[in-house]
Amino acid sequence: MPSRLAGLLRQGQFVVTAELSSSDSPDPQDTWRHAEILRGAVDAVNCTDNTGAHVHLSALAAAHLLVEKGLEPIMQMTARDRNRLALQADLLGAAALGVENIVAMSGDDVTAGDHPEARRIYDIDSMQLLEVAAGMRDRAVYLSGRKLPRAPSFFIGAVENPFAPPLEFRPPRLQKKVNAGAAFVQIQLVFDVPVFSRFMGMVADLGLLPRVFVIASVGIPRSARGARFMRDKVPGLHVPEALVARLEKTPPARQAEEGIAIAVELVQEIRRIPGVSGVHLIGIKWEEGVVRVAEAAGLLPRPTLSPLATVGGHG
Amino acid sequence: MTLAERVVLAVEKPLKEAIWDCRMCGQCILHSTGLSCPMRCPKSLRNGPCGGVRADGNCEVYPEKRCVWVEAWEGSRRLPLWRDHIAHLQKPVNWQLQASSSWINLVSGRDARAPAGWKTHA
Repeated sequence: MPSRLAGLLRQGQFVVTAELSSSDSPDPQDTWRHAEILRGAVDAVNCTDNTGAHVHLSALAAAHLLVEKGLEPIMQMTARDRNRLALQADLLGAAALGVENIVAMSGDDVTAGDHPEARRIYDIDSMQLLEVAAGMRDRAVYLSGRKLPRAPSFFIGAVENPFAPPLEFRPPRLQKKVNAGAAFVQIQLVFDVPVFSRFMGMVADLGLLPRVFVIASVGIPRSARGARFMRDKVPGLHVPEALVARLEKTPPARQAEEGIAIAVELVQEIRRIPGVSGVHLIGIKWEEGVVRVAEAAGLLPRPTLSPLATVGGHG
Repeated sequence: MTLAERVVLAVEKPLKEAIWDCRMCGQCILHSTGLSCPMRCPKSLRNGPCGGVRADGNCEVYPEKRCVWVEAWEGSRRLPLWRDHIAHLQKPVNWQLQASSSWINLVSGRDARAPAGWKTHA
């Protein structure tokens, strides 16, 4: 089955993706329970890879569980935990299990997680992983040059953080990723819309917009405490003081509502920026929040894929 | 290791360690990284910074240290030559070359060899 996400993007639809809460349970029902909440509200679901450098159910297993239920996964792969052999084995495994969408990233450092004494791998980096996946797909070879009997058909994505220094290098870095094989990019949580807008202008100036679909992440803060946690503890996040202050001024019982309102405003502002092809909604352990934001932001119902959508378009 | 390699290493290693805090990967790309050694990055990233760089330009892993890639970007802007080499896609590290002389590997062409499945392999 070709990627439905790719089809919708090529069809020119404004897509909605979301993050599945990571699971620590061996029971598939626990993964499915969270995933089912998202059905119909999003086009594809990200399965994280030991997010925050904490061990969880593997992204490959979670992605396969989604495929079994007819939900479309986006499998995240970090370069942190596996060397080039293991990464390629899992890429092929993903293809065999019907996982079409993959996203390559460096990954939060082990010191951010629950096994800070672990050895970090980074045998190849996220950019090289993109090219390795593209090589398997386009030339049916492993990195070693050994042939695959049949090529997988991945829809390959990257991530970028427009808010982390050096800001001027972020658009050229995205260009490198596009050259390496990324057809879509999921952008770090956007709280600072002007900085993101400037980044998009530079991306357009580099001529990347016809070559890559840009999906911006929007966080749904559930409380002032949650916003402070994102500001202080999550690597690479830049949460403005004004946002934290807005939630702190709100009575605790109404903070979740205010968080939804904040996310809806962000979706609407981001949608107006030229070149943005979709949003990636992140409600940490809060799939209901994702559905409510999608609804309030006017993103429902989700479109169906026209049969012609797999023809043409980039990626 | 031949005698010639020992002699070259005896010069190269202390020199590059003193100037660039070199990690002796044996496949030097300093001219593509603004003369900031990318192997000092805790994630040994050779294609650019990770997304975890702090707002002040310091490292995600070592908050008291400046990000190797912030230095690389700034350094690359100052280079008269090779300014655009920071945009080159660097091939995967050949870990077999660790601790060998990058000068000898450069002359012999050993450091230019990419895995056979790498698109732009030399």
